[in-house]
Amino acid sequence: MWTWILVGITFAIYIGIAIWARAESSKEFYVAGGGVHPVINGMATAADWMSAASFISLAGIVSFTGYDGSVYLLGWTGGYVLLALLLAPYLRKFGKFTVPDFIGDRYYSNVARFVAIIAALMVSFTYVAGQMRGVGIVFSRYLEVDIDTGVYIGMTIVLFYAVLGGMKGITYTQVAQYCVLIFAFMVPAIFISIQMTGNPIPQLGFGDTGPDGVYLLDKLDGLQKELGFAAYTSGSKSMTDIFAITLALMVGTAGLPHVIVRFFTVPKVKDARISAGWALLFIAILYTTVPAVAVFARTNLIETVSEQKYDELPQWFSNWETTGLLKFEDKNGDGIVQYQANPEINELSIDRDIIVLANPEIAKLPNWVIALVGAGGLAAALSTAAGLLLVIASSISHDLIKKMVKPNITEKGELVAARLSAIAAVMVAGWFGINPPGFVAAVVALAFGLAAASFFPAIVLGIFYKRMNKEGAIAGMVVGLLFMSYYILKFKFGIFDGGREAVAGLKEDWWFGISPEGFGTVAMAINFIVSLAISGITPAPPQEVQDIVEDIRVPSGAGGATHH
Amino acid sequence: MPNKKNLKKYWKENLRYLSILLTIWFIVSYVFGILLVDQLNTIRLGGFKLGFWFAQQGAMYVFVILIFVYVRWMNKLDKKYNVNE
Repeated sequence: MWTWILVGITFAIYIGIAIWARAESSKEFYVAGGGVHPVINGMATAADWMSAASFISLAGIVSFTGYDGSVYLLGWTGGYVLLALLLAPYLRKFGKFTVPDFIGDRYYSNVARFVAIIAALMVSFTYVAGQMRGVGIVFSRYLEVDIDTGVYIGMTIVLFYAVLGGMKGITYTQVAQYCVLIFAFMVPAIFISIQMTGNPIPQLGFGDTGPDGVYLLDKLDGLQKELGFAAYTSGSKSMTDIFAITLALMVGTAGLPHVIVRFFTVPKVKDARISAGWALLFIAILYTTVPAVAVFARTNLIETVSEQKYDELPQWFSNWETTGLLKFEDKNGDGIVQYQANPEINELSIDRDIIVLANPEIAKLPNWVIALVGAGGLAAALSTAAGLLLVIASSISHDLIKKMVKPNITEKGELVAARLSAIAAVMVAGWFGINPPGFVAAVVALAFGLAAASFFPAIVLGIFYKRMNKEGAIAGMVVGLLFMSYYILKFKFGIFDGGREAVAGLKEDWWFGISPEGFGTVAMAINFIVSLAISGITPAPPQEVQDIVEDIRVPSGAGGATHH
Repeated sequence: MPNKKNLKKYWKENLRYLSILLTIWFIVSYVFGILLVDQLNTIRLGGFKLGFWFAQQGAMYVFVILIFVYVRWMNKLDKKYNVNE
């Protein structure tokens, strides 16, 4: 009951904003007219950035992997430092609408533009598929409709405000969505922190002592070891791999087009810098709470179920058993739950999404808090989906149609094209949501890897190395993309070794012991090397391009994001 | 409009700021949180092992501070070279 009310209210707000913030021009559609206040933009960026994965899955991943989960915490926040220092202010000064705009103009070449469009579409589509599925899953768990119906409802809502309002509509709905999702995440976290440690600040609470006077983290390390798991605070991945994954995620974050494009919406270069700061602050509020929730939930879970009689487990256990997220199989027939690292003895399998979804129930919080988590999950998934759809739409209507196929298209025609592309993009995303490719989880690594392997080096070199020319940049992007795709296909899909069953056996062959998730780091390095080598043996870029580079390094005279 | 020589100096100072801030960025995340995590874990900060704390809390706080420091420095630099908008 509570869930329907809360979801209903939040959806009404999103639709109300969409009607209020209609886009009247292509500039409003692509970059919200370029007049968004930096704090507002920071909040919208945070909502754009934090997807269903951040909201629902991240705490679960950290909870089940302990220290190893740090790669996501560091990787998905540290990228904003790179973005603020190396990319956002200069791209804002450059003052166009999209990332392929920058690549195409800076490298004076439609080939470069086309490679950038392909990369933007690959990155955004892989990413959006997971989001629409996330919408469906949240709907099905909280509102007891089936997943497909959930996807349809989500599509309709996104369609409404993304097509009507473009970037302008998306920006203001994202602000509302940020407020919903952060509230929904923090309320249960604070409740549980007080319950377990008496400390109302979760960030401090998980370093505090429980009622028994033992530090929570020490207790959890002990519990983990008793059950045969690695100690929570030390983890089990190799240091090289942790390093590579963190770097790939950071650089990938800084190179994601749907994040970069948000910094085109603020009025000045100065605003782009501070806006990145606000975005990271708003993100960090959730991201620093995640590890606390992870520790509380893990401790709670182990204490509630481990070595307990199955018949005496609380109600939530059977609730989540019916969804299939919890599975109990009494292997030794003693009626007691054995939760162990050893798969021979272990009788309980737990889907990690349950950490956020069921945490309020496990901690016995009131019903309205549980409902709030549902509304928050939907806000997170919808806001990210909308941001990605806009990148897809503008790649097609602006980069492909306006800049390459039909340069003389009218302003009105472009706006129509943008709306049609948005509709098409929603349809494709919805199709992926209903027929999820079995590899959604696998392709997220690909999205970050591709962004790291293509955009990041091309943009950074374009700003910081005046001599970088089109030959170098194109070669670098193409080689980077090829290496990344090859590595994923080989080690994630096992295409060259007889399919996905072979993947586990290929671990020994990983280059430098780096997993596919971390390979973006290597592909990025290859891109940098190829770019520099090729540009060294080919002619320097023309003078007017070098003048553009000089110009974007200085804030004065930015003006609005404009057509040429 | 400032002249070319001044703009070169402006750019040089910007690069100096970037290298200072990115060095700190690297140290708190990759050095404290990853490379030296085992050594730092022998030191405790209340209930936290220090290396673990940097990897899951400390580095993120520093990231936020770094961006706001950068904004402050650059706003001053823009004024000094008269290139602010």
